[in-house]
Amino acid sequence: MTAVVELRDVSRVYPGTPPVEALVDVSLVVEPGDYVSIVGPSGSGKSTLLHVLGCLDRHSAGTYLLDGVDVAGLGDAARTRLRAERIGFVFQAFHLLGRRTAIENVMLGELYRRRPRAGRRERAAAALARVGLGHRVDFLPTRLSGGERQRVAVARALIGDPSLLLCDEPTGALDSANTAAILELFEDLRDGGLTLVVITHDDDVSRRASRQVRIADGRLHELV
Amino acid sequence: MNVRDLAAEAVAGVLARPGRATLTILGTVLGIGSLVATLGISKTAGNQIVGRFDELAATEVTVEPSESSGAAGQVIPWDAEDRVGRLNGVTAAGTLADVDVAGSLVSSVPVVDPAAQTAHALPVRAASPGLLAAVRGRIGSGRWFDGGHSDRADRVAVLGRAAAERLGISRVDHQPAVFVGDRLYVVIGIVVAVGRRPELLDAVVLPEGTARVDWGLAAPGVVQIETAIGAASLIASQAPLALVPNQPGLLSVSKPAEPRRAREGAERDVESLFAVLGGVSLLVGAIGIANVTLVSVLERVGEIGLRRALGARRRHIAAQFLAESTAMGVLGGVLGTSAGIVVVVGVAASRSWTPVLDPLIPLLAPAAGAAVGLAAGVYPSLRAAALEPVEALRAGT
Repeated sequence: MTAVVELRDVSRVYPGTPPVEALVDVSLVVEPGDYVSIVGPSGSGKSTLLHVLGCLDRHSAGTYLLDGVDVAGLGDAARTRLRAERIGFVFQAFHLLGRRTAIENVMLGELYRRRPRAGRRERAAAALARVGLGHRVDFLPTRLSGGERQRVAVARALIGDPSLLLCDEPTGALDSANTAAILELFEDLRDGGLTLVVITHDDDVSRRASRQVRIADGRLHELV
Repeated sequence: MNVRDLAAEAVAGVLARPGRATLTILGTVLGIGSLVATLGISKTAGNQIVGRFDELAATEVTVEPSESSGAAGQVIPWDAEDRVGRLNGVTAAGTLADVDVAGSLVSSVPVVDPAAQTAHALPVRAASPGLLAAVRGRIGSGRWFDGGHSDRADRVAVLGRAAAERLGISRVDHQPAVFVGDRLYVVIGIVVAVGRRPELLDAVVLPEGTARVDWGLAAPGVVQIETAIGAASLIASQAPLALVPNQPGLLSVSKPAEPRRAREGAERDVESLFAVLGGVSLLVGAIGIANVTLVSVLERVGEIGLRRALGARRRHIAAQFLAESTAMGVLGGVLGTSAGIVVVVGVAASRSWTPVLDPLIPLLAPAAGAAVGLAAGVYPSLRAAALEPVEALRAGT
């Protein structure tokens, strides 16, 4: 079975004087169904790692296979396609469009994929139901709580049936009750077979994952 | 991403800030509106000038003996009215001639007032029965003479309004009479107004046959023709042949000037000024759209980052902002076109004109609005597409 993510000695150097080494010889394998947390303080390189994993940024050296595809060899258009088809993003700041209802925000997740328009609303409704927001379909984000907004964002990521759900500080803007709810949702999704990578600075959040990886100064250490 | 998705996203993007979109398209509305109004009003006014010609001048054709036709100029036949009347496009025709009365004065009969002048040197003219219609004359009281009067050489006369006043005749029901020299004529009508040939108003008008018998009139002097609108040139070419088939060159024809040149001149005058104004406001409108779209791009950096993360390519981002600015341009174009047409109709109504608009304008003007919006969106959408997704996600909230 192909690993969802396979990083081999990946480095990312930002040019400058002196050059900044954000990632140094990072190796990581995420198997299907894994729930991996990457924890580290700010400035440790976790954002860079997230961007490389999400094909938003290019690594400088090493090999990155996403679902067995070597990302380094792909052009901008192909990487964008890969991102659309394989990766679902969840951001700390939710990134919901304020003037669109919850279901319209979720439908946005399918906009750039090769899916027919027909049935999009039904698929979005199903994704909302999956995160427990079936009763908030036509609410504007401004009328939702932080936890509900983040669940809308998760639904938006799920509508594309991604191979990998990539979460960047998903609880960073939430209080403890909403954090607990989101983490429960992640466990449910993991139980449903989804592969998750959660990047956080919060050890409590990190401990809920099946595997924990610590990053510091651009180097990864697996915690057992 | 298909076209319907793109259109839906663009419309949603515009409608997300309706107040701002309204203000943004205002410039385009004004620009397109003033262009449409300019073109429409100048065309309307141009047609109005022609319309004024139409009333009298553009339907008037007169035929006279040319100067080279001999001293007597007796070339127009007595049945000129019938000959010309048979031409298709002639609505009325008649003949008119000055009668040489050898210095005879005209006086009305009953009043003999030594203190006042009773005999006047009034012009005497001879007309055919159809002339009244051909000059659009109006009878104030009594009647115009007919073919019978002329054929029998009846001693009847019709007075012009000014002539009637000088002779002290205001009504004809008691059968007043006038002397021309020593010949007595019964006044059967008074002409109070004419559209053409105002010289009829101060004259004593006799039937042609009467003038021929009494005063030795040799031939009609001029053929006065009223044509259907647009038929003047045709009739002008046909009338001499109908009148004098063997020597049409003996006649000279006067016909209205071609109206086309007058129309073009009128349009150019008005258009050049207002078209510049419209163009300027359109330019301002385009700058407005470009400005607001650019602000919108900067505000929506986070959204752009999100869309890139969701799999939008650079061209998708560019297409979306282009579509949004184009949508604003189209909206402005449609509203501007409507406003312009309302202005044209309003101006025309206030002047009792017929509003005239080139049918292409309502189709082309919104397209011009779209072009303005498209052009205005180029730079902002390139800026949006150039954003790196990582930077955009970091900057946006």
